[in-house]
Amino acid sequence: MLKKTALFLGLVFIMGCSSSDESKGGSTDDFDRSALLINLADNIIIPAYKDFGPKLVTLKSAVDEFVATPNQSNLDAARNKWLTAYKAWQHVEMFNIGKAEDLNEYYYFMNIYPVTVSDIENGVSTGAYDLNKPNYHDAQGFPALDYLLNGLAADDAGIVAKFSTDANAQGYKTYLTNVINQMDNLTQQVITDWTSSYRDKFVSSTQNTATSSLNKFVNDYIFYYEKGLRANKFGIPSGVFSTTPLPEKVEAYYNQEVSKALSLEALNAVQDVFNGKAFNGSATGASFKTYLEYLKVDRDGKNLSTIINTQYDLARSKINALDTNFSKQVKTDNSKMTIAYDALQMAVVYLKVDMVQAFNISVDYVDADGD
Amino acid sequence: MNTSITTYLKKQTHPAPLAVFRIGFGIMMLISIVRFWLHGWIETLYIQPEFHFSYYGFEWVQPLGNYTYIIFAICGISAFLVAIGLKYRIAIITLFLSFTYIELMDKTTYLNHYYFISVLSFLMIFLPANSYFSVDNLLKKRTFFLIPKWTIDSIKVLVSIVYIYAGLAKVNSDWLFKAMPLKIWLPSKYDLPFLGNSVMQQEWFHYAVSWSGMIYDLCIPFLLLYKRTRWFAFALVVFFHVFTRVLFPIGIFPYIMIVTALIFFDADVHERILNGFRFLLKPFKINSEKSEVKIYHYKAQKIVMPIITLFFIIQLAFPFRYLFYPNELFWTEEGFRFSWRVMLMEKMGYTTFKIVDGKTGKGFLVDNSYFLTSLQEKQMSFQPDFILEYAHYLGDHFKSQGHKNIQVFATSYVALNGRLSQPYVDATVDLYNEKESFQHKDWILPFNDEIKGF
Repeated sequence: MLKKTALFLGLVFIMGCSSSDESKGGSTDDFDRSALLINLADNIIIPAYKDFGPKLVTLKSAVDEFVATPNQSNLDAARNKWLTAYKAWQHVEMFNIGKAEDLNEYYYFMNIYPVTVSDIENGVSTGAYDLNKPNYHDAQGFPALDYLLNGLAADDAGIVAKFSTDANAQGYKTYLTNVINQMDNLTQQVITDWTSSYRDKFVSSTQNTATSSLNKFVNDYIFYYEKGLRANKFGIPSGVFSTTPLPEKVEAYYNQEVSKALSLEALNAVQDVFNGKAFNGSATGASFKTYLEYLKVDRDGKNLSTIINTQYDLARSKINALDTNFSKQVKTDNSKMTIAYDALQMAVVYLKVDMVQAFNISVDYVDADGD
Repeated sequence: MNTSITTYLKKQTHPAPLAVFRIGFGIMMLISIVRFWLHGWIETLYIQPEFHFSYYGFEWVQPLGNYTYIIFAICGISAFLVAIGLKYRIAIITLFLSFTYIELMDKTTYLNHYYFISVLSFLMIFLPANSYFSVDNLLKKRTFFLIPKWTIDSIKVLVSIVYIYAGLAKVNSDWLFKAMPLKIWLPSKYDLPFLGNSVMQQEWFHYAVSWSGMIYDLCIPFLLLYKRTRWFAFALVVFFHVFTRVLFPIGIFPYIMIVTALIFFDADVHERILNGFRFLLKPFKINSEKSEVKIYHYKAQKIVMPIITLFFIIQLAFPFRYLFYPNELFWTEEGFRFSWRVMLMEKMGYTTFKIVDGKTGKGFLVDNSYFLTSLQEKQMSFQPDFILEYAHYLGDHFKSQGHKNIQVFATSYVALNGRLSQPYVDATVDLYNEKESFQHKDWILPFNDEIKGF
C-alpha cells in the first residue's frame, strides 16, 4: 500500500509540474506587478513618447525650413527646436524595449556620440552613405545634428554658408535631411507600436522569465543608467575609462553649453521612472520604489528606495555644481566632474546589486544551469 | 574488528542494482551532454569567451577552440558506452577524464552537481558495473551473478555523504532563522500556477521549506537505507527533486539524483527494471544463454581497496577544510566549493577594476564587458579567487599593451542573503601584487555580521 501511494504521489507531482512552465498565476499577491507595468506604460513611457514625437516633428519642420532657406534666423530656429527635442529624448532613451529593441536598438540611430566627423564629411562630399548601416550609428541622430547645426564652421555665418554657397552645399542639405528623416521615421514606428499593440503586450507580461517585460525593463533601466547616463555623459569625458580626460566626448559637444542641462533631464527621467512619477504631473504610482517597499528591503531602518533616492539627489547636487558645458568643466577642473561620476556610480551598486537581488529577477544574460 | 571488516568485504550480492545504476547514469550523462550541446553552451561558455577562470593548479586545462566539441563528443560517446556496458573500464575512465576536463576548463560554471558527477564517475572506475546485463558480457560470453556487496554500498555511501553534508551545511542561522535565501527566491516565483501568488509569498512557507529541506537532506539517506521506509523515501526523493526543478534552473541534476536513489533498492526491483529492457531488446534476438555464469572476483583488490578507502577519507574530510580559514565562510568562500554547499546563498556583487601607473598615480577604469561574458562577470563580482585571477589577467593584458608600472585595484560591493551591499575587497591593495594560494586572502574586508552554524 505504502509503495503504491508513494508512486502515485510521485507521478501526480511530476505531471502537475511538468506542464507548468509558462503559465501565468492569478493576482492575489499583495504586490501587483501588472499595476507597475501599467503605471510605467500609461503614465510614463507612452506620455514621454507622445511628448517627444511632436517635438521631433517640430524639429523636422524647422530643419526642412533651414534646408529650404539657409539663413541665420532659420538656423537659430532649428537649433532651438533641436534642444527642445534633445531634452525630450532624454526621457525616452532608456526604454529600449519592444519596437525600440526590434529596430536593432533604436537609440543607436538617435544618440551615439561623439560623432565621427569624417564619416559625415565623406558622406556629404561623395553622397555614398547608408544611415541604416551600423558603421553610421555615430554619424546620425542628435549628435550629427549637433555637428551640422553647431560645428560645421567657426561662426554662424560660416555654418549658413556651408548650406548655401559651399561647393558641397547640396551634400550638406541632403545629409541633414536624411538624418532628420531617419530619426522621425524610426520614432514614429516606435510610437505607433506602443500606442497600437505593444502596450497591452507589455503590461500583460508579468512573469519572472528572462524575456518578460518586467525583467527586461529592469535590465534596460539599469543598463541605461550605467552606460547611457553614468558612463557616456560623465565617465568617458572625465577620463574615468581612459588614461587622459576626453573633453571632446561630452554630449552635444559642438553646442558647447547644454551638456549639463541634458544630463539633468536624463537624471530626472531616471529618478521619475524609479518613483513611478507620472510624466505629465506629480502623481506617483506602482514602481520600483513601491516594490522595494513591499519587499521591505531595509538597512538601518531606511528602505533601499530611500537610499537610492538620496543617492540620486546627491548626484544631482554634484551635477548642479558643474559648468553648463561639461567639456569646459573637464578642462578647467575635472575633479568636480569625477565627484559627480562617483555619486552616480554609487547608485549603480544599489541598483545592480541590491535592487536586483531584492527583486530576484531572472537576468537576461545568464543562460546556464544553476546549482 | 578486522575480522568483521574482512567478513564484510567478502559478502556477495546480486549485481542487478549496479547494472541498472550504470545504465541510468550513462543515459543521464548522454542526455546532459546532448542537452548542453543543443543549448549552444559549448560555444557560449567555452569558445566565445577570450578568457577563462581556472582552478588553482589547473591553469593548463583550457578549452581547445573548436576542438572543444570533440571533448564533448568523446564524453557523450563514453557515456553511451557506459550505458550499454561496452568496453566498460575504458569507457568509464574516458568519461571521468573528459567530463572532469570539461569542468576544469572554466570555474565560472562550477556546480556542485558537476563535481558530484566527476566524483561518482571516478568511483565507478573501480566498480564492476559491467558484470551484469552489459555488452561486455555478451562479447566475453560470461556473466556474473554475484559481486562484492561493498561495491554497491560504496555508491550508497557517496550519495549519503552528499545528502548529509548538504543537510549539515543548511544548519546555519541564515537558513534556519532568517529563511535566507529562500525568502528572496521563493516570492520571485510568483508566476507559478496555484502556488506562486499564494504560499510562495508567505513567510511561514519560506521557513517551512528551509527547515524541511534541512531535515530532508539529513534524513533521506537513512530512510533509503531502511527497507520499510524505502519506497516512502523514494517518493520523497522524487517529490523533492521535482519540486526544486520546478523552482530553480538546475537542469538535469534532479533526474540524476532520482536515478541515483534507485541504487538503494534490492535486486528484485532492479531485475524488474531489467526485465523491461529485456522485453524491449527481444526483437533483436540477443542470445545470452551460452554465457558462463560466475562469481566476480577483483584481480587487484590490494590496489583497489586502499584507493577506495583514501577516496572516502578525502570525501569526508575535504568539506571541513573551511575550518582552517578565518572570517565567515559564505563571505570569503575560502573552502566553499567541493563541499556540497548547495543553494545556500543569494550573493551578488559589483566589482570594477582600476589600472594605475604606480609612478604617476594616474589610472583608468576597465570595462569588464570588454573582457568577460556577462556570466563570467556575474560570477567574478563576488568571489575573491575570481577577482584576483581577473586582476592578474588585466594587469598582464595592459602590460602587453605597453603600460608601465602597472597596479590593479578593485572596488567591490557584495550583498549576501538579503543584507544590503557592503565593500568587499580592500580598494587600496594592489591585486597585481597579490599571489593566488591556499592561504587566507587578507585583502577581503570583514563581513561585519555573523552566520552561526556549519
